[in-house]
Amino acid sequence: MDKIKIQFVLNGETRQVEVEPDLLLIDLLRERLGLTGTKVGCGEGDCGACTVLLNGKNVNSCLLLAARVNGCEVVTVEGLGSYDKLHPLQEAFIAEGAVQCGFCTPGMLLSAKSLLDVNARPTREEIARHIAGNLCRCTGYTKIINAIEKVACADRHCACSREAEEGR
Amino acid sequence: MSDRQYRHVGQSPKRIEAQEKVTGRATYTFDMELPGMLHAKCLHSPYAHAEIVAIDTSAAKALPGVKAVLTGEDIPYLLGLYMIDKRVLARGKVRYQGEAVVAVAAVDEETAEKALSLIKVEYKELPAVLTIDEALEGKILVHEDINELEYIKGVFFPQPDSNIASWNKTIKGDIKQGFAEADLIVENELSLPPVGHAPMETHVAIAQADPYSKQIKIWSSTQSPFGVRQLLAKALGVSKGDIQVIAPYVGGGFGGKAGIHLEPLATVLSRVCKGRPVKVTATREEEFNQLPSRAAMRGRVKTGVKKDGTITAVEIYYDWDSGAYADYGVNVGRAATYSGAGPYEIPNIELHSRTLYTNKVFSTAYRGFGHLETHWIIERQMDMVARALGMDPYEFRMKNILRDGSVTISGEHINAYSGRPDKCLEAVAKEIGWTGYRSPEERQAAFKTGKVRGKGLASLQKAPAMPTNTSTAAIMQMDEDGNVRLMVGGVDMGQGSNTVMAQIAAEVLDMPLEKIKVVWENDTDRHPYDWSTVASKYTFMGGNAVKRCAQNLLKQMKELAAQILRCPVEELAYGEESIYHVQHSKKKRIAYKDLAMGYSYENGNSIGGPLVAHGVYIAEGLTYLNPDTGQGLPALDWTFGAHGVELEVDIETGEVEIIKIASAFDVGQAINRKLVEGQIIGGVLQGIGSALIEGFKFSPDGRLLNPSFTDNKIPTAKDIPAKIVPIIVEYPQLDGPFGARGIGEHPMISVPSVIANALYDALGIDFYELPMSPEKIALAIKKNGIQ
Repeated sequence: MDKIKIQFVLNGETRQVEVEPDLLLIDLLRERLGLTGTKVGCGEGDCGACTVLLNGKNVNSCLLLAARVNGCEVVTVEGLGSYDKLHPLQEAFIAEGAVQCGFCTPGMLLSAKSLLDVNARPTREEIARHIAGNLCRCTGYTKIINAIEKVACADRHCACSREAEEGR
Repeated sequence: MSDRQYRHVGQSPKRIEAQEKVTGRATYTFDMELPGMLHAKCLHSPYAHAEIVAIDTSAAKALPGVKAVLTGEDIPYLLGLYMIDKRVLARGKVRYQGEAVVAVAAVDEETAEKALSLIKVEYKELPAVLTIDEALEGKILVHEDINELEYIKGVFFPQPDSNIASWNKTIKGDIKQGFAEADLIVENELSLPPVGHAPMETHVAIAQADPYSKQIKIWSSTQSPFGVRQLLAKALGVSKGDIQVIAPYVGGGFGGKAGIHLEPLATVLSRVCKGRPVKVTATREEEFNQLPSRAAMRGRVKTGVKKDGTITAVEIYYDWDSGAYADYGVNVGRAATYSGAGPYEIPNIELHSRTLYTNKVFSTAYRGFGHLETHWIIERQMDMVARALGMDPYEFRMKNILRDGSVTISGEHINAYSGRPDKCLEAVAKEIGWTGYRSPEERQAAFKTGKVRGKGLASLQKAPAMPTNTSTAAIMQMDEDGNVRLMVGGVDMGQGSNTVMAQIAAEVLDMPLEKIKVVWENDTDRHPYDWSTVASKYTFMGGNAVKRCAQNLLKQMKELAAQILRCPVEELAYGEESIYHVQHSKKKRIAYKDLAMGYSYENGNSIGGPLVAHGVYIAEGLTYLNPDTGQGLPALDWTFGAHGVELEVDIETGEVEIIKIASAFDVGQAINRKLVEGQIIGGVLQGIGSALIEGFKFSPDGRLLNPSFTDNKIPTAKDIPAKIVPIIVEYPQLDGPFGARGIGEHPMISVPSVIANALYDALGIDFYELPMSPEKIALAIKKNGIQ
């Protein structure tokens, strides 16, 4: 199979790679580029563990051909925070106890980011709906929603942040 | 409640490995890639029960990139936890659809998959055992060699020439007399299907078998590295010292990653491939269809009561549709005999628990170890008996609940420090505002609105199911700067045990938590022994070992300081990471760090040496159960609990919305409140999955129809209750670390029962089968003529 040359921005850095036409984005990220922070839970687009941001939108990288990201911007969990400062969502997930086994966490964080980037003040229901494609077997989601809500409400002293504090 | 003041215990510090997980730095076995590593794939049986007539692997072997093709005939080893009944790959015949028949190791997964497509297997289909009744009938045997299978005698009781892998029982008092004394006898039958664990990381194992020696190195997504070592050594006939098992980060376990799974296959493949590492990664379909699940079960229960609500007798038959191999299934069946009648005092009982072989995917431990299943029967029965008596189910439970002075069905005496099921029930009833069932008139009026509400209650109990000599250990070493490196045998698969162990160490040593470094990646060559991280026993057992380990470290530091300060050890105190004399000037205090590598005097003379401490814990006081009556002491610690729920049913669609669920557990002493809450919230939602959504479906010929997240849904963020209220009850256990008991499994137990009890309150309809899916509820509503 002839390889395709693609160029895309990965976590802020321009990358040029040659990929087979049938190579999946998840395999490009994990196997070729060594970014194993993104996980795979089903390989069928059901669980969201492989979620990355494609031009800011949350996508299942297990269903996407790598060639498709030519000219696009891709963000993985490795590009979320920086070495000296975690992303506020990462901080909130830690503080709220939104992490257990951690396998869904990278995908969950990126889904959350894609929501907050377009809707700075989502309701709990909007958060739940947005992350419904990201399965988590450990946490029961409540503390994940609390964490996302906390970031959304960080600059405000609104009722929902108080509820999150109370462990709603 | 506890009024003791601790510096770390009972607080909610963040989990110690959280940063690695939110940054993607945490490496799971799934993420590992070793030099020269091969990838393996399995070919599965399309039949539930069939003879393997012939296998042609020649084309697969000839495919470039293929390094090994193995069938059951190539692998002589037999495996098993309690019944030695399973082969690494099927040999002679297949016993369930999905069973691995041929394995290929190749340079990459694609090549391995292509090779699988070139393999031809000829089967001769056999009649299959697909129901509990067929299994009990025993006309067809799943294991025709059941009489010859090796098993643990006196603990499990396989029945000759049958499909009964084990028949365990509890017999206490005289049920004939008990039923004769009863004013009322209520009988019911309930059942539930198999459910998958669905950890987000599927099972993964990598093995590297040294071609020049017997040495085998394994990396596995296991929750019991020492269990893998033990079982593999036994199967292969090698020494435990020849096997090294490493557990990197584990992406969820829930019991499914206890015991031994893909490790033997990876090992034999690596052996054949001259020591190249071989990785076996289960697909999601294999996770459902090849690897074990929670068993299906049918429970038949008969309860005798007096008019005042006193239980006089109970007779129970639990029949476990446990699939093709015994694995943990027989021990789940055994646990039911001493715990399967709920947290109640029952003077006369006969409880039979039969673990049955069937031609379905086999079963294993799953969070709750049979207790969600048995409590589905018992806690529904408690409500139905109360109703038959015309008694409030809260009052009926309280009348019979275990208290100080009660005797359990295995003859254990409950005391004031055994935990308080009554306080848990009281707390949840109060939280949901329980005032008793609504009347038929009230119900009728509610139907008109299209959405009806109901409330329900359910209790629960569970103790760890484990051998009487279960043990664990911890090791601590102090670094030059006074930091402590702690190594424990337990695997932190997300429950947060390493954080809890660090808190206990910091509490005993009176040190900042950040100065306790728990060494991750359990390694059987380096970490101290632990039986297995299962059964909600690690906080209790590991906690005690770590507590003793820290006390031992402190003792060593005091003994050294006594020489330096020239005083008896008894006159020394500690605090602020230093040892000092209780009376003398605190200026003379000696910092921990100055003792860490031995103490040096001004002139250079030195005493002591590097500080290394250990602590162990072995289950205390457990006894074997009498094989005929089940009497004995099987329980290290009971964690009791209760749920109260308020829900709303849509009359038209049958959809259930949980308005509020309150869940209380007597954990003795929460070591980390946030982690306890995390276990409760996560466990409750997993229980809701079992109650309303999840369950395996089979075709008439025994094929699993829904081995994917598309068809076998688990709860998503949209399925969470509007409100979950975790209630932490704390009546300390005298021999628990700081009074603590286990909590990991308990939150999902009795969730299906409490929901069904509330559905009765809402609809006046009893449900007897899980899951209570919207269509099942809608059909029942229609059948009952509710409009």
